[in-house]
Amino acid sequence: MVDPKALPPARKGPFVAAGVLLALPIVALMWVSSYAREGPVLAGFPFFYWYQLGWVFLAAGTTYLAYRLVLGEESRRRREAADRRASS
Amino acid sequence: MSAGLHAQDSAPGGVNVVALTVVIVLFLAVTVLGFRAARWRRGAGLASLDEWGLGGRSFGTWITWFLLGGDLYTAYTFIAVPAAMFSAGAVAGFFAVPYTIVVYPIIFIFMARLWSVSHRHGYVTPADFVRGRYDSRYLSLAVAVTGILATMPYIALQLVGIQAVLEVMGVGGSDNWLARDLPLFVAFAVLAAYTYSSGLRAPAMIAFVKDTLIYLVIIVAIIYLPIKLGGADVIFGAAKEKFSAPNPATGKPTGVFIPGPAGFWPYATLALGSAMALFMYPHSITAVLSSGRRNVIRRNASILPAYSFLLGLLALLGFVAIAAGTKPIGLDGQPNPQLVVPQLFEDFFPSWFAGVAFAAIAIGALVPAAIMSIAAANLFTRNVYREWIRPEATPAQEAAVSKVASLVVKFGALLFVLLLDKTLALNFQLLGGIWILQTFPTIVFGLYTRWFHRWALLCGWAVAMVYGTVSAYRVINPLTGKHFGGAVADVPFLGQTGYIALTAFAINVVVAVLVTLLLRAAHVPSGRDATERGDYLADAGDPRVADLPDAGGPGEPAGLTPR
Repeated sequence: MVDPKALPPARKGPFVAAGVLLALPIVALMWVSSYAREGPVLAGFPFFYWYQLGWVFLAAGTTYLAYRLVLGEESRRRREAADRRASS
Repeated sequence: MSAGLHAQDSAPGGVNVVALTVVIVLFLAVTVLGFRAARWRRGAGLASLDEWGLGGRSFGTWITWFLLGGDLYTAYTFIAVPAAMFSAGAVAGFFAVPYTIVVYPIIFIFMARLWSVSHRHGYVTPADFVRGRYDSRYLSLAVAVTGILATMPYIALQLVGIQAVLEVMGVGGSDNWLARDLPLFVAFAVLAAYTYSSGLRAPAMIAFVKDTLIYLVIIVAIIYLPIKLGGADVIFGAAKEKFSAPNPATGKPTGVFIPGPAGFWPYATLALGSAMALFMYPHSITAVLSSGRRNVIRRNASILPAYSFLLGLLALLGFVAIAAGTKPIGLDGQPNPQLVVPQLFEDFFPSWFAGVAFAAIAIGALVPAAIMSIAAANLFTRNVYREWIRPEATPAQEAAVSKVASLVVKFGALLFVLLLDKTLALNFQLLGGIWILQTFPTIVFGLYTRWFHRWALLCGWAVAMVYGTVSAYRVINPLTGKHFGGAVADVPFLGQTGYIALTAFAINVVVAVLVTLLLRAAHVPSGRDATERGDYLADAGDPRVADLPDAGGPGEPAGLTPR
């Protein structure tokens, strides 16, 4: 149990990396002209359809990586806050 | 009745007895679960909104996954998305896939903060947060009323999902309104009863059954049907052929197989606008706040896409139906695309399996309908009843009011569907999506900054609500000539067409910024913020504000922190 008021400041790095990971699927799917075409066909599926279904898995992956990064940073801040309280 | 293309020989008029029996048995099983749920993971009784309305705020990753999956991917989605693919093609239907992909990175960013501040202050609804953050009961009321208005037609549409299933089974063809609507009435009465007694625990438990059935049905269908019909290329070929043929009424192509340049903006804005709006709906936020820890929702953001993949496959069933030559004819003899998925199952599968599929859709309607009615009831109780009518209400009284309100909401939706034209529910649902996105600046920007002035946010909301409603009204359906013909309209200054909700949102933000600058220059009081920076990072186990020595704190409306 940590008083969230006492959390040390966040490091930028992990949050920027997580932000990029989260932005990837949004940018890719908003850019409709990059995938609104028929070929190449994969197992009978036009590109338009399999490409977007493929992004379901890619987005799940990037979101999971972002989760690990953010979680790591949040637990570091909590650990430091707890350590600081114990030593004071 | 055996599988085969001519299984509809028994219709019209005939009732599919085997399928109906399967549906009734599964429905009874779910009903038992719903009532038993009252005792499941029970905390300190159900006499508070934390317990009745949020399931004790204790759900872990997997329960939340089932609950949110059952909540967001509704029966209506399962009916409407393939129907749109069947009749209009990719822009109207398949945008649901990018929509349900980009929604998760978006909520990943802000939902954990909303969870934390709500946990720390005991907020039950988004409007509670707005009240505490901006110290404005008017802004809070605007958020609450928008939420209730957007949710009501959504509940009504879940009934449309059940009706579609009943109609394909041959139930409800009678001219006698009582015989026609009785099954729906019974289903809803049962739903209302166990929601009343078990609260959010009922849909949470039923969601397990619903999601399992849906996964089973879709996976079987998506493997079996393409084999039966000759493969994916045949299916996509049939869709391409249908949509490139000109429509006799308008002379334009019947639908969109792959969007051309004119479809890029509508496709992208529909996906993005819907994604941003989804988690502004009260029922989504209710499910998030019922989770037990800050990061449950973030972990879920990476596993919920499993449902998005399922939805993508389901959307393609619309194309499968084109290739199969499915004829969705209602009991009134008129074609009705909404019946396309149930009809496909009735045509191709043995009755018992069609029954499982129909049960999956019908039960799929019960879970979101329950959560939506709970969410709307919580908004009414916290942000209308206690804020404006009885500020001294105790937690037990709140729970009691909320239970009754959930009944009123559900029967309101039922009357809406039974007495009024179904297209009215559809129009309101369209408007609901536009309206609910207009609470985004107040809620989401508010999680990060107090820069925006409360009155400026209210101005932005009001302008955007009017703009969105008027624009949606002015969209004329080219086939029927009626208003509310679609969700896409011209975007001012851009020379493109886009989702009205997103255009209204942009106007909303511009107005909010300009009015904030004005009000700040005029030194209009901006109210006291009951929250502080650390609140947005709190996790389970951290002290709640109510437990701290200075409980309540300055600016916190009296009693907004329970216990």
